[in-house]
Amino acid sequence: MLEILENIIDKNGLIFAFLCVGFLMLFSFWISKHILKNYIPSVAIAIIIALGLAFFGSKNGLGNVKVFAGLSLLGGSMFRDFAVVATAMNADIAKIKAAGFAGSISLIVGVSFSFSVGALLSFLFGYTDIVSITTIGAGACTYIVGPITGYALGATSEVIAISIATGVVKTIFVTIMTPLLAKGIGLNNPHSAIVFGGLMGTTSGVAAGLAATDVKLVPYGAMAATFYTGLGCLLCPSFFYLIIDYFLK
Amino acid sequence: MKIYGVALLAGCFLIGKFTGYALGMFINIEGDIGGVGFAMIYLITINSFMKKKGLLKKETRRGILFWGTMYIPIVIAMSATQNVKAAWAGGWIALLVGIVVVLLIFLFVPIISKIGNKKEPIKL
Repeated sequence: MLEILENIIDKNGLIFAFLCVGFLMLFSFWISKHILKNYIPSVAIAIIIALGLAFFGSKNGLGNVKVFAGLSLLGGSMFRDFAVVATAMNADIAKIKAAGFAGSISLIVGVSFSFSVGALLSFLFGYTDIVSITTIGAGACTYIVGPITGYALGATSEVIAISIATGVVKTIFVTIMTPLLAKGIGLNNPHSAIVFGGLMGTTSGVAAGLAATDVKLVPYGAMAATFYTGLGCLLCPSFFYLIIDYFLK
Repeated sequence: MKIYGVALLAGCFLIGKFTGYALGMFINIEGDIGGVGFAMIYLITINSFMKKKGLLKKETRRGILFWGTMYIPIVIAMSATQNVKAAWAGGWIALLVGIVVVLLIFLFVPIISKIGNKKEPIKL
């Protein structure tokens, strides 16, 4: 019996991966809603659990465990890049124009500043190679920009995992802090919500944080944040990489 | 048909990747330089062009939107297949960078919000 099951999973790894991730998300959604009362977004919880499960494997995380090998295909660069590009469908040039000058400025400042802080801190704490510094700096943008930059530049899996973890910490912290700080930073109208989304960039964190502050602000912040990942993916492995390269040579 | 949307997405994706690798060759870096970002720009441009011309059918759109919604599950699968054991040693960097970045960026919100704020809700 068990042999047949193993054989089926072996031959249909990707399909089994869909099932596993689906279950994990269902579980995380339940924890987020019923135990944490939506204080932390379910996506963040799912990612934390996934990173935790990766401990059971070695170099490729859970992908090294035979039955879960399909996760490596689902989470590989081909599917990931394809899905990220598809998210651009929700962005609309006309809408970003409405967000105006402040929205664009916030996007540029948000990506550049996050990257700089991430790169600087990683350098101060012992990372000296250009690829690792750029990857961790990109991770300070979002947990998507980090690994995309890392894979593009050929960073080690260890550094890519750190960059993902950085992005996840950012998402969680944005979610927790937004409702607490909203009043103090004047985050109570669509204009500042667009600026906020453009500066922070993490769509799930921004959406969850704004939902906890004022549900009406969510689409404004999330819309601006949609552009952030694209801008980050464009700038980090190219322009920012060259800047780091210039400074370290 | 949904496959038209998926094919359109695939086209943008591949041309974006091509742009990324071509740019890499141009500036002497082996690899994909911002290919995903370029692909997104192509998709946004084609999307808004087709919308204006009324060429984008609902089903075509759905083919693309499906893959957009798959990105979170894919990120979760990606997280589960990283070298977390090795990252654990340097994990506090992630915590430090994540928190410092967010706290500092909160300070920027009121400053940049002052640009062009007419106090009226923006029409979307």
